[in-house]
Amino acid sequence: MIWEFNFAMFIFLVICAIAAITVKNLLSAVVILSAYSLIMAVLWAEMNAVDVGFTEAAVGAGITTVLFIAAISRTTRRSRD
Amino acid sequence: MREDVVIRTVCRAMIPFIQLFALYVILHGSSSAGGGFQGGVIFASAFILYVIAFGIMEVRRRMHEKVVVALSSLGLYIYAGIGILCILFGAGFLGYSAIPLPVSAAETRGLMMEFVEIGIGLTVMAVMTSIFMDISVKEGGED
Repeated sequence: MIWEFNFAMFIFLVICAIAAITVKNLLSAVVILSAYSLIMAVLWAEMNAVDVGFTEAAVGAGITTVLFIAAISRTTRRSRD
Repeated sequence: MREDVVIRTVCRAMIPFIQLFALYVILHGSSSAGGGFQGGVIFASAFILYVIAFGIMEVRRRMHEKVVVALSSLGLYIYAGIGILCILFGAGFLGYSAIPLPVSAAETRGLMMEFVEIGIGLTVMAVMTSIFMDISVKEGGED
């Protein structure tokens, strides 16, 4: 456990989470969410939960990004609220 | 249908290694990090890469929708079948060590766990692939 590294990762995590819900372009939101998921996977692995980190990297950063992009390509790209 | 030679060549080189890594993750699920779910997701991502590079029709031609449905239920049957086999031999559901194999109890447990992981991996791979195919195909054409 290196607390400086953890602190920097947490800062990035909060920035990514806030940016993902404020940005209007949905494709950007999906990419930011993927970055959030990658940071979360690094944090899980650093907290000795390798299995959870593995799942987060495979599902969160991999499959859900592709599914979200496929869903965006069938609907509109910009959020209206 | 796209005709980009770089994407096609890179995908053709990458996909076997992705599938090999997925099989590694599935088969080493009981002894290290990973397991059926993660391996199945990685295996499905190989199919998604194939769809992105070669178009949905090529994948449909190679892997028919009935095959996907059959694979997803086959994994569930493997899982439930091993569980009920354990009940028939007198233990609880998925009580692996009751199955009489000519190896030690720990080895029996590990072997049965691998079979259950293979079942989970098959189901997850088929369901993820079918979800992506259903979302990505449009009513008239492809992709």
